[in-house]
Amino acid sequence: MKRIFLFAAALAFAATASFAQTGPEKLSNPAAEARAIALQKEFRCLVCQGESLDESGAPLAADLRRLIRARIEAGDSNAQIESYLTARYGEFILMKPPLEAQTYALWFGPAIILLIGGAVAALVVFRAQKKV
Amino acid sequence: MTGEIGQFALTLALALAVVMAGAGLIGARASAAQARAIAQGSALGFFVFVALAFGALTYGFVSSDFSILDVAQNSHTLKPLIYKITGVWGNHEGSMLLWILVLAIYTAAIALARRGSDRLNSAALGTMGLLAIAFLLFILFTSNPFLRLDPPPFEGAGLNPLLQDPGLAMHPPMLYIGYVGLSATFAYAAAALITGELDWARAARPFMLAAWIALTAGITLGSWWAYYDLGWGGFWFWDPVENAALMPWLVATALLHSALATERTGAFRAWSLLLAIAAFSLSLIGTFLVRSGVLTSVHSFANDPQRGFFILVMIFLAIGSALALFAWRAPKLESGTGFAPASRETALLLNNVLLTAAAATVFLGTLYPLFIDAAIGTKISVGPPYFAITFAPIFVALLILMPFGPRLAWQHGDLKAALRVLAPGLGAAIIAGGAILAFTAPRSLAAAGAFALGAWVISASVIDFLRRRRGRTLNAGALASLIAHAGLGVTLLGVTGTTVWRSEALEVLAPGQSMQVADTTLRFDGVGIVQGPNYQATRATVEAFRDGKRVATLSPEKRAYPAEGQEISDTAIRTTGFSDLYVALGDDRGGGRWVLRAYVNPLAPFIWFGGAIMALGGLTSLWGRLRKRSASAPAATVPAE
Repeated sequence: MKRIFLFAAALAFAATASFAQTGPEKLSNPAAEARAIALQKEFRCLVCQGESLDESGAPLAADLRRLIRARIEAGDSNAQIESYLTARYGEFILMKPPLEAQTYALWFGPAIILLIGGAVAALVVFRAQKKV
Repeated sequence: MTGEIGQFALTLALALAVVMAGAGLIGARASAAQARAIAQGSALGFFVFVALAFGALTYGFVSSDFSILDVAQNSHTLKPLIYKITGVWGNHEGSMLLWILVLAIYTAAIALARRGSDRLNSAALGTMGLLAIAFLLFILFTSNPFLRLDPPPFEGAGLNPLLQDPGLAMHPPMLYIGYVGLSATFAYAAAALITGELDWARAARPFMLAAWIALTAGITLGSWWAYYDLGWGGFWFWDPVENAALMPWLVATALLHSALATERTGAFRAWSLLLAIAAFSLSLIGTFLVRSGVLTSVHSFANDPQRGFFILVMIFLAIGSALALFAWRAPKLESGTGFAPASRETALLLNNVLLTAAAATVFLGTLYPLFIDAAIGTKISVGPPYFAITFAPIFVALLILMPFGPRLAWQHGDLKAALRVLAPGLGAAIIAGGAILAFTAPRSLAAAGAFALGAWVISASVIDFLRRRRGRTLNAGALASLIAHAGLGVTLLGVTGTTVWRSEALEVLAPGQSMQVADTTLRFDGVGIVQGPNYQATRATVEAFRDGKRVATLSPEKRAYPAEGQEISDTAIRTTGFSDLYVALGDDRGGGRWVLRAYVNPLAPFIWFGGAIMALGGLTSLWGRLRKRSASAPAATVPAE
């Protein structure tokens, strides 16, 4: 299913992809290239399901991979690249949602569930102990 | 003709499902022996007619009967026979028919195996009947695979090339055997609530195990498919489709453990029932919300509001009525015997807290973007970094505690004795972690920790195995848990190895040029055209050298499917069992120059070995259960009345 969507989307976006600022496919400086690879795992491919820029075959993703390299060459920091991309594409592009009021439930939910679960478990053990 | 036969068979199956539901539920009363016999018969009839309908659709696909709309839209005369058959479930309508076929198989198994008391079996059949009615109505009214096309087209539209793959051909049936197997567990749980007979966990155990094994195998296959087919070397993307299978797996795993305690001492009785309901609810959400596209895109839901509405109503009814039944009956359940804080029960309880929290985390991460979009219209993504922060720590805690469970006795365990026995495992963990820190680069504390954990889990299984063999206490159940626990450790090593030490390289190469990935040199020898049965492949030849010696020839391909008008890449993987050399062919850059992507993924095969080992653990337990049953079968044939 993943691919059907991807290919349809790839066709649709092939036309719009050309206006993005392009850089090289691969940076000659190995450290900068490693930074680019690490960065492209942090952003999602906008037209695929759940794939990061790092693993997407869509033309738009290829374009954004080049864009990241162009920004690195221009001397941007990781934070600058992140704000550049979120300004253009919204927080949707971030694989890791930012911690803000509307994502508190998302980020703290697991810990709260664990705490409640742990408390209930402790209570169950306490009561079972009395029956022995 | 085949279309009509299928349509009639489905309609008859619906009628029989109605009889089965009614008779089965009436048969839950002690005096209604006749109703039980009717439920039994209609269950088998239901299976026969669903199988007939499935056979009719399969015949339509195999014979390329394009007068059936579903065949015309999803098949093609040139497709190899195997993909004509697997094409039956490679589309929405056919996959729903597969769903109901698996439901019918489980229904027939409940009717024939008669694992519980007569009343319990009857109520379980009644519940299966209710589910069958809902699904058959859904198929007949919104997803009928037998709709006709007049005039029939000369040629079919073909099947998405990505689905023309042996791994993906087996993936949906596996997942469905898992999802729907949880319906049998659910049916027994509902039956226990209806009849008040508490011995449901024992009766449902084989179905629970079958479902768990199939889910494990299905998830493993899906991950393997994503690895070699998507061409980017990733094995798990935390995308909604994958999460939809992972959630029922996590809850089913929790259920397998808590049901052990329920069966043995009557502990966690209500909780096991609730888990059985939750596991099936999650598989409903899994199959249907993914199928309808709600989880992946809110827009595809609107494409077919009728289908989506039907699904929502069905899920709401199934979950709602099960929970209502639970709320009404559960308070009357007796709780089991007590247990000390250091006991198998406590270990299973912690296992359940952690597994349920893990499942809840996946649920939150998967549905939160939908929720926030619907509530305030903000679009966010929840990707792997989120799960690395939230899900991974829960699993680490689970793995640390896991070896203690099998070493603690029921009711009164001895924690100190368990620690003494497991001490060599602690030693193995320290050695493994230390070795990783000392001998691997880049030095990674996370990798050292993960390897220590893997060594702890695997060596604990080995220690436990040796001790039990010496003490002659190694039964199938104990062996099964050791194998499955070790399998999880193996998967952990694979995930860690390929995540931490993966090397990747991307180059544009002309024929004769080389690239380097890790310690391997790859020479690109150009591309050639190869004709497949229903595709044309551009096949590259890549020679791999290590230390000047040729170690492998790889042939990554790009395949163009003219009937479907699509192109996919077929990666070339050379595995030693410990490490994969992975090469994918990218774009044509003109003048014979091509983009090549290469990866070395250390320990990647362990990910799927581990999955296979876990499934093997499940099979061991299932085998033990069925053997025990057949050994005691003569006694069981004495009529209960």
